[in-house]
Amino acid sequence: MSLNKLTIADARDALRKGETTSVALTEACLAAIDGADALNAFCAKTPEIALAQAAAADARIKAGDAPAMCGIPLGIKDLFCTKGVATQAASNILAGFKPEYESTVTQNLWDAGAVMLGKLSMDEFAMGSSNETACYGDVVNPWKIDDRKLTPGGSSGGSAAAVAADLCLAATGTDTGGSIRQPAAFTGIVGIKPTYGRVSRWGVVAFASSLDQAGPMTKSVRDAAIMLGAMASVDPKDSTSADIPVPDFEAALTGDIRGKKIGIPREYRLDGMPAEIEKLWDDGIAMLRDAGAEIVDISLPHTKYALPAYYVIAPAEASSNLARYDGVRYGHRAKLGAGDGITEMYEKTRAEGFGPEVQRRIMIGTYVLSAGFYDAYYNRARRVRALIKRDFDLAFADGIDAILTPATPSSAFGLGEMQDADPVAMYLNDVFTVTVNLAGLPGISVPVGLDSKGLPLGLQLIGRPWAEGDLLNHAYVLEKAAGFSAKPAKWW
Amino acid sequence: MSIDIDTARKVAHLARIAVAEDDLPKLAGQLSGILTFMEQLNEVDVEGVEPMTSVTPMRLKRREDVVTDGGYQDKILKNAPDAREGFFAVPKVVE
Repeated sequence: MSLNKLTIADARDALRKGETTSVALTEACLAAIDGADALNAFCAKTPEIALAQAAAADARIKAGDAPAMCGIPLGIKDLFCTKGVATQAASNILAGFKPEYESTVTQNLWDAGAVMLGKLSMDEFAMGSSNETACYGDVVNPWKIDDRKLTPGGSSGGSAAAVAADLCLAATGTDTGGSIRQPAAFTGIVGIKPTYGRVSRWGVVAFASSLDQAGPMTKSVRDAAIMLGAMASVDPKDSTSADIPVPDFEAALTGDIRGKKIGIPREYRLDGMPAEIEKLWDDGIAMLRDAGAEIVDISLPHTKYALPAYYVIAPAEASSNLARYDGVRYGHRAKLGAGDGITEMYEKTRAEGFGPEVQRRIMIGTYVLSAGFYDAYYNRARRVRALIKRDFDLAFADGIDAILTPATPSSAFGLGEMQDADPVAMYLNDVFTVTVNLAGLPGISVPVGLDSKGLPLGLQLIGRPWAEGDLLNHAYVLEKAAGFSAKPAKWW
Repeated sequence: MSIDIDTARKVAHLARIAVAEDDLPKLAGQLSGILTFMEQLNEVDVEGVEPMTSVTPMRLKRREDVVTDGGYQDKILKNAPDAREGFFAVPKVVE
């Protein structure tokens, strides 16, 4: 098997046994990346950094005492600040920006010996579900069933495409409303959004600060456990990073969920839900039941209001966070005409730098926070958010260990197919995932099957706060039972 | 609640985003569509429910009020579109 196709766990074991080297792994990935420009997943390649890090990792492995991620080649979402390497959040407004500092998550990964292959494209400022809003152009899903090019999902679409196409062993993603889990489901890989506060947000370009969390996107549940352990930390630089020690997530993968209670929320059975999604969900329920779990019908009554609440809260926070892009401190500044003052500089810079979806969300956020509407929209949405969280709290208080739902309402759709649709139609992609961000819970997407067209479909498991280990164990059982091993046929 | 062209113009200005006069009707339509979608929230009984401020019940961290970082003006200015004599440079603000 080509080295770039390995999982993190298999590569780690091979490295420790001396059967391969990080340099060999890295060279295999770099060759795969150079042969995959048609996917447009990488927006910056960093082969020199990668090979230097790989050589250092090999020395560390030789000396014994290397952590699990040592020598593992990764792709990094363009939202993470990487010192001296272009970081643009896929936006023209950050053109030319090279951070003078490193995000906590990437620093943790480099400290563990991981290797950076390059930066991965995404929806601009992580706002989108199809990777069509990146300033670098569309990312293409390696899965293909006819002449059409399909979306890898978004916003972590570059990460999902790169992992599914074996351009890297794993990648970082971020998830504000489903941006790890939806693209993972669309590309047949695993993606976990941890509990809010588990992973530091320091040095990650902010979208909606009360919802954003970074997480790993991997080829297996075990890899997700290993990589999450390396990304997570208690960080004094992020005031919302929780003072809770990071456990050994891999050790939690016992494969035993006998006697666990799995909640099936009836409100997630949507009107007009495709029969294939319903069948996939039923199959997943049967798999967990066969593994000895107890299946419990539950109610999360405020589910329906999650999307509208999210589309008040997320744009409100974004309008505030993105105020910093003013053409003064970094990135793009518009060329000014004679007599233009500072207001014209702001307005022209932001009109040129932000794409249409980002502009829309900033303006929606500005509107819902403006005088006279703050209570009617923003405060009401925050009250509804409290009710959505309470729904989950009550379910967990009743003894539910994990909740099983579909990950997405469909399989991957064609690039451009949603172009003329209402912006709200695109937002519906997040219908199953967004509740988890609003409630701050951990959620994981696991590939479970193919639809009749031959495209991957995923199921989502939602866990108790801070119980990622237990959640990963449920996902591990589901993964084993589903036995999903399909890979996209190489066409690129 | 629908957004008319004047409101769209005002919101764009508040957000400091230049929008051409010709583009305002389409923008107003899209913003109205999104706001209509949000109107569903009015169905929810939120009487007595506090607006959520923090998703996990925790107190923000505190620390000694001392300088812990800084002293690298050159790094701060390095990415600026226009920096001169140790400062960010912008068009004239005060007449």
